[in-house]
Amino acid sequence: MAKATIPEEELMLSGHVGCLGCGATLTMRYVLKALGKNTVISVPACCWAVMPGPYPLRCLEIPMLYNAFETTGASISGLRAAYDMKGRPDINVLGFAGDGGTADIGIQSLSGAVERGDNVFYVMYDNEAYMNTGVQRSSSTPYGAWTTTTPGGTTGDWKRQPKKNMMEIMVAHRIPYAATASVAYPEDMVKKLRKGIDVRGPKFYHIYAPCPTGWRLSPDKTIEISKLATDSCIFPIYEVENGIYTINRKPAKKVPVRDYLRLQGRFRHLGEEELNRIQEAVDWDWKLLLRKEEFMKDM
Amino acid sequence: MRKVITGNSASAYGAKVSRAEVIAAYPITPQTSIVEKIADFVANKEMDAKFIKVESEHSAMAACISASMAGARTYTATSSHGLLLMHEMLIWASGSRAPVVMSNVNRANGPPWSVWADQHDTMAQRDTGWMQFYCESNQEVLDTIIQAYRVGEQRDIMTPSIIIEDAFVLSHTAEPVDIPDIGVVDKFLPPFDPPSKVIPGEPYGYGSLVMPDLYMDFRYKIAESMDLARDRLRQVDRDFQKHFGRSYGGLVEFYECEGADAVILTAGTAASTAKDVVDKMRREGKKVGVARMRVFRPFPYEEVRKLAKMAGAIGVLDRSYCFGYAGPIACEVMGALYNISDRPPIRSYIAGLGGRDITPEVLERLFDEILAFKGKGSGEEVKWVDLKGLEGL
Ligand SMILES: Cc1ncc(C[n+]2csc(CCOP(=O)(O)OP(=O)(O)O)c2C)c(N)n1
Ligand code: SF4
Repeated sequence: MAKATIPEEELMLSGHVGCLGCGATLTMRYVLKALGKNTVISVPACCWAVMPGPYPLRCLEIPMLYNAFETTGASISGLRAAYDMKGRPDINVLGFAGDGGTADIGIQSLSGAVERGDNVFYVMYDNEAYMNTGVQRSSSTPYGAWTTTTPGGTTGDWKRQPKKNMMEIMVAHRIPYAATASVAYPEDMVKKLRKGIDVRGPKFYHIYAPCPTGWRLSPDKTIEISKLATDSCIFPIYEVENGIYTINRKPAKKVPVRDYLRLQGRFRHLGEEELNRIQEAVDWDWKLLLRKEEFMKDM
Repeated sequence: MRKVITGNSASAYGAKVSRAEVIAAYPITPQTSIVEKIADFVANKEMDAKFIKVESEHSAMAACISASMAGARTYTATSSHGLLLMHEMLIWASGSRAPVVMSNVNRANGPPWSVWADQHDTMAQRDTGWMQFYCESNQEVLDTIIQAYRVGEQRDIMTPSIIIEDAFVLSHTAEPVDIPDIGVVDKFLPPFDPPSKVIPGEPYGYGSLVMPDLYMDFRYKIAESMDLARDRLRQVDRDFQKHFGRSYGGLVEFYECEGADAVILTAGTAASTAKDVVDKMRREGKKVGVARMRVFRPFPYEEVRKLAKMAGAIGVLDRSYCFGYAGPIACEVMGALYNISDRPPIRSYIAGLGGRDITPEVLERLFDEILAFKGKGSGEEVKWVDLKGLEGL
């Protein structure tokens, strides 16, 4: 029998108020299993600020500091400085934010923390929209998606811009470690977080976390959709260590991206032309990633 | 150690002798020399602290709050636009019960751009739940930082403080300052020991969602602490006298106010000039005085009521304006006096905005005006002093 790589200890308790099939809850569960009890988490406004339930409820077995929407980067820098001053460099400091709190309003404070090289973990759980406030677009919403602020309407005003590439933004900071991960591959996620414990400096994780509610997806399809995301290469699983790219999962056979899109109500309106366009963009990005990995091999 | 230093240098020394452990700050004129000085202290190991060179004031305050929640003594400094950018986080700090101490160099807000003295930046933060101290000298700047930590960190207070210096008048003007020995400060200021800390082993939520049934009670806790702080500040100022041989009159300093026919009540360095004018006018037989509001939050309503009993007429001189009515201190003073009988007439004077000098001549004229409306009523309730008029420029 293969040895289980995911620690058994549960640091996230079951009594939370997340929706059925929520990928963000799975993300938290695995991240905490990987980092363990000697961890402090700072969470901005996002679904996860609500999930533990109202005062005096909680659902994490580690201290959870709530911070303002755009301050996660600064908050974890502050925690890090305080623990270092108090002789506790061993404490894992973890920022845990949504894609809006990371790629939009919080990108400045995140950029600051990463540029300063602060010894922190940062997880962006990506549900590809502002879900806490009811499914508004973020810069991490993919091209073509319906959200309540890209409602289509009579003019076809869906999201018309491609998803912001946070991994590249982090790599451009010369971050020592950045990785993508997905709730479909918990062993990979846990391994990458544990790897981060030995990396001094900022560690960034872009974690694919489906939101059945906002994606108009059946809640029993969270894992299925996550696998399709990686198998279609719209969400590749890779890591960048000191600038060197490694793709951790290469699908033997690429699934057409339309198989991924068509399970989700948020893409229901897309026609043939747009599906092709998205496929082309996915192919391009995948090719680019393969080339980067290849190119870096000799560095 | 006695040194001739600027107000900004005094601020940096204040943080140093108070043993601030985490500093997060962002430069802005005229505050920059505070952060430069602290950077030097840290770089030369004269100060054992972490200095987080953040990318904005918003992040400076966010970092200080988190560090404070983790149990570190924190300090930052800013001015005008930096303070305005922090607004959300100021409320976050008081709500978090994080006793951060911050220096703010009072500077005008743009547009139009101005880097000179004006109290609009801090007055606009009145309701953020921070204690506010307006200083008159560089010595007071340094000493008040120590006092603010001592009061703010008490377990039933846990409230942040802004220590305020007028731009250039204090920030860039050198005066002799006694820099107390860190060992002496240690005896006055115990280490920061908050009732709870965000550290592993304490698996709680810090700042979680609170439903309408309890939110008000959390707010009331802050209100209670602010009220308690009023008397605590008076005590600590007296205690400071015992340790350091200096004190500042508690919340409001009265200068020749007893039985005065006319009093100017103001905050910051305009009070120093006014004291000189009082000396001159007293020699001429005019009964005038100055009340210097050192602490604006918590509001010293008892001292203000005492002043109303001492003075025949009051001119409140504000170096800022509360658009839509009067000067902010004047609004508060008038409100505090409404429920007492025999109130003196009050006029709100607006002067010195954007760094315009408040000269002895101007103040003497104001004293004469106040003397003239004593016993009659102020008539013109709000007066902008010496407007030039932009027409025809
Ligand atoms: C300064 C500020 N602006 C707006 C909000 C409102 N707000 C709270 S959460 C949120 C969206 C969060 O989106 P994301 O970060 O993607 O996390 P998710 O809710 O999707 O988990 C918004 C807009 C806020 N709390 N603070
Ligand atoms: S809205 Fe989406 S991300 Fe938020 S709790 Fe529900 S499923 Fe999870």
